[in-house]
Amino acid sequence: MIGPEEGHFALALACVVALAQFVLPLYGASRHDRRLLALAPLLAVSQFIALALSFFCLVWSATHDDFSVQNVADNSAIAKPLLYKITGTWGNHEGSILLWTLILGLCGAAVALFGRGLPAILRARVIAILGGVSAGFQLFCLLTSDPFARVWPAPTDGRGMNPLLQDPGLAFHPPILYTGYVGFAVPFAFAVAALIEGRVDAAWARWVRPWAVAAWSFLTCGIALGSWWSYYVLGWGGYWFWDPVENASLIPWLTGTALVHSSIVVEKREALKIWTVLLAIATFSFSLSGTFLVRSGILNSVHAFANDPARGVFILGLLAVVIGGSLLLFAWRAPALVSGGLFAPFSREGALVLNNILLCSICAVVLTGTMYPPFMQLLFNRTISVGKPFFDAATIPLTIPLLAAMALGTMLPWKRAHARPVLRRLRLAAACAVIALGVACWTLSGLMPILCAVGAVWVIAASLTDLAGRLGLSHFNAAHTLARARSLPRSAFGATLAHIGAGVTVLGLCGMAQAQHAIVEVRPGHTETLGGYQWTLLGVHEAKGPNYTSLIADIAVRRHGRLVTVMHPSKRDFAAQSQTTTEVSIRTNLLWDLYSVIGDRHGAGSAATYVLRLHVNPLAPWMWLGGLIMAIGGFLSLSDRRLRVGAARRTAQVRGVAAE
Amino acid sequence: MSENVTRRRMLMTLPVLAAAGIGAGFWKMLSGMGSGGFDPRAIHTPMLDRPLPDFSLPGLPDQGNGFGAADLRAQTRPVLLNFFASWCIPCVAEMPALREIAAHIPVWGIAYKDKPDNAARFVARDGSPFTRAALDLSGMTAIDWGVTGVPETFLILPGGRIAWHGASELTQRTYETQIAPVVRDAMTQSAVK
Amino acid sequence: MRRARLAWMAAGMFCLAAPAFAVDDPSEMLPDARQEQRAEAIGAQLRCLVCQNESIEDSSADLARDLRHVVREHVAKGESDQQIIDWMTRRYGEFIRLKPRLSAATVMLWGMPALALIAGLAIAGAVLLRRPKAVPPLSEEERRRLAELSPSTGND
Repeated sequence: MIGPEEGHFALALACVVALAQFVLPLYGASRHDRRLLALAPLLAVSQFIALALSFFCLVWSATHDDFSVQNVADNSAIAKPLLYKITGTWGNHEGSILLWTLILGLCGAAVALFGRGLPAILRARVIAILGGVSAGFQLFCLLTSDPFARVWPAPTDGRGMNPLLQDPGLAFHPPILYTGYVGFAVPFAFAVAALIEGRVDAAWARWVRPWAVAAWSFLTCGIALGSWWSYYVLGWGGYWFWDPVENASLIPWLTGTALVHSSIVVEKREALKIWTVLLAIATFSFSLSGTFLVRSGILNSVHAFANDPARGVFILGLLAVVIGGSLLLFAWRAPALVSGGLFAPFSREGALVLNNILLCSICAVVLTGTMYPPFMQLLFNRTISVGKPFFDAATIPLTIPLLAAMALGTMLPWKRAHARPVLRRLRLAAACAVIALGVACWTLSGLMPILCAVGAVWVIAASLTDLAGRLGLSHFNAAHTLARARSLPRSAFGATLAHIGAGVTVLGLCGMAQAQHAIVEVRPGHTETLGGYQWTLLGVHEAKGPNYTSLIADIAVRRHGRLVTVMHPSKRDFAAQSQTTTEVSIRTNLLWDLYSVIGDRHGAGSAATYVLRLHVNPLAPWMWLGGLIMAIGGFLSLSDRRLRVGAARRTAQVRGVAAE
Repeated sequence: MSENVTRRRMLMTLPVLAAAGIGAGFWKMLSGMGSGGFDPRAIHTPMLDRPLPDFSLPGLPDQGNGFGAADLRAQTRPVLLNFFASWCIPCVAEMPALREIAAHIPVWGIAYKDKPDNAARFVARDGSPFTRAALDLSGMTAIDWGVTGVPETFLILPGGRIAWHGASELTQRTYETQIAPVVRDAMTQSAVK
Repeated sequence: MRRARLAWMAAGMFCLAAPAFAVDDPSEMLPDARQEQRAEAIGAQLRCLVCQNESIEDSSADLARDLRHVVREHVAKGESDQQIIDWMTRRYGEFIRLKPRLSAATVMLWGMPALALIAGLAIAGAVLLRRPKAVPPLSEEERRRLAELSPSTGND
């Protein structure tokens, strides 16, 4: 039997299992009790199964239009397409928390299943900590945000037909983003476990890194997807508001990026141990605070979520336990961690340290900017705003040295580098950068976009040179190159790809800074010139959709008299919800986007005029393409044999088989 | 060496201290939001203690002449100036309280971006609380006053100084606890002079 | 208290629901393209007071439209960017500036990039520079402890 009661029960069961998962393995680890240790993976998997069942029940209620469930009644409706009935379950507060804990449960199960190569005690502790966090959020779910709460009498139809939320981008954005957020719980658990154990070493870093890289890749995807969504749905060419909700995803991304890099130093050189542990704790703490504080109503955001101070208090208590507890443990245990590994400032490690400093500085700026207004009001009773102009002005100057150092980092050898060979290898990149400077000065306006574009080209060129060097392309011998490519670790390809992706994203941002737009009120037949294109409004017609009527424009875009494309932006009027949405029309050639929107109609009949918004957005697709490349780079390095979590286990098994 | 270790320990406690500080701040904000002491959406007007801005507005249909800054400055008693609109739900809710408050202190009204007839009908229904009413059709006077939305209310002291500002629905309680004390202070001060 | 702003809350939600037309009426725009560009740049610095974190250029709220209109009027009159922003600040306070003015209260905000960078470099420098001192010859005591510790590290 499947239904909301069963879902509720499964959630409560999961919570109890999670509590057991928290307590028993920790106790077992302290007593070296093998039976208790062996229980940890079992509990993690059962907790995940219970959660999955619970989540399935919610989806089932939504797909079966069970409007006696408050959450379904509020967020679903009979006429809603099936896909959005399913995705709608996580489009609201209660459902999204359930999804959140489901992913957390998945992480625990993943550690249980893939972490068989880990020392039993470490694995038990990691699973226990994940269980503890899980239990906290399941309690939150059960006590303050019950997704299975019933409503009586049950309405005959639900109220959840917000047409704006019925969009594939928005439907799949939360799971990917949450996987990124929650994924950082695993490095966090590893860090806490290491603190309990009092030991951080290269092996620890090798275990942590794949989880960090996986979470980072998902988070990168999630942020890119969210930004893309606001670009094509909100319809005014904007892609990033510097809104608290967006900053909440950017902050853990920045520290997560720092973590991915600093853990390399721990793995290779046994240095930066304490720092890496702190970063792992901080990244998850920011993920947690970010996802939850935006729901408390303290931070003002355009992305409306149900705000409830009562929930906020519970969340704050939970955050205090998780974050405060782990940081206390850090203060107590971290000073005892022994760091090793000497290195000169001018070395791979040095460059990675610089990378960490710059990333964390940017993070500090974003964090300060986001938190400043509420704290100003609390402490000095003054209301101020911190918005896009501030963030642009404060973060871009830190990004430029970051780009400069990025190119250098991969070229430097460990321990101690000599300037001359590195500079020699950077000759080509430098030449590219100089050419880019010329082109940028000619095409871009503004110092910061020019410098950023030059930095991006420099990074891309240096990454490619580095790869070419490793592949031995200068030998002009295909067999030789192929052999080297085969022996080259995939993580090296991954890193290069991720760096190229970052460069591509920055180029996209620079291009967008030069976007042109026009807002015109025209009659059909009129031609407008923008960005070297002639845009002709051919006509406007009305069409009926399933539950809306739309006004569709046909705009022919010509260049030098040759037809490039015909665009059909439309505007949908949902009479039942008294809501209108705009359907942007975007044509891209991967170098620039043509972007058009239709607005109000003025007048009637043949005298009617229409407001059109036309954009030419150079390099716009690169912003998200770069994000995708970064994420692919991350996943590629995950497929590296050395990084694979199960690697140790697999070799052990082979040995076992051989012995038999 | 031991000094080194102590410094290390102190450095490592920094993160937890910072987190505790931020957490305490959040806790104060949340409890303030519950009790009404902290509103994250509040906007503080810079108008307080400033002379009122110049303006001159026409009246509502059949509601007498409008008024301007000069009329307000010429008053010898404190006046409440209320920005309202017939299309704003809280303004409707505020009306009974305004009528009661009008028994203690004259209330002048400015209809913000409203159709003249709608505004006149809105004011006249159930008896107007306003001693004088004017119409700000373009909304530009409201901008000069730093009004972000209706209803918004200002207390103007004789001589044209803005002494109190409220950006939410007025209630009898707001009048008693916030406005009346300011009025009393101002009157005793002027009496002393 | 919160409900009092219902009308504007609805407007605020509208900001997300249909922000498609920040500038929805071309007649709002200045005929002179350079002046219009300046007006847009100024508008991007000013916060839409009734929405969240949107500039008046991006917002479709009524008040934002009025403020855009004011900005354009002042630009057409030939006022400087600073004059126009000051005009707005006199009415709506610091809140309207998306880029807060540098003052005693915002010194932490504006100083953060430099502060974070310097603190990071200082800590890294201190750790890197101090390290070599700790390296040279181990004392007898340390050697003994090392010998004690070594087997246990090699254990798992």
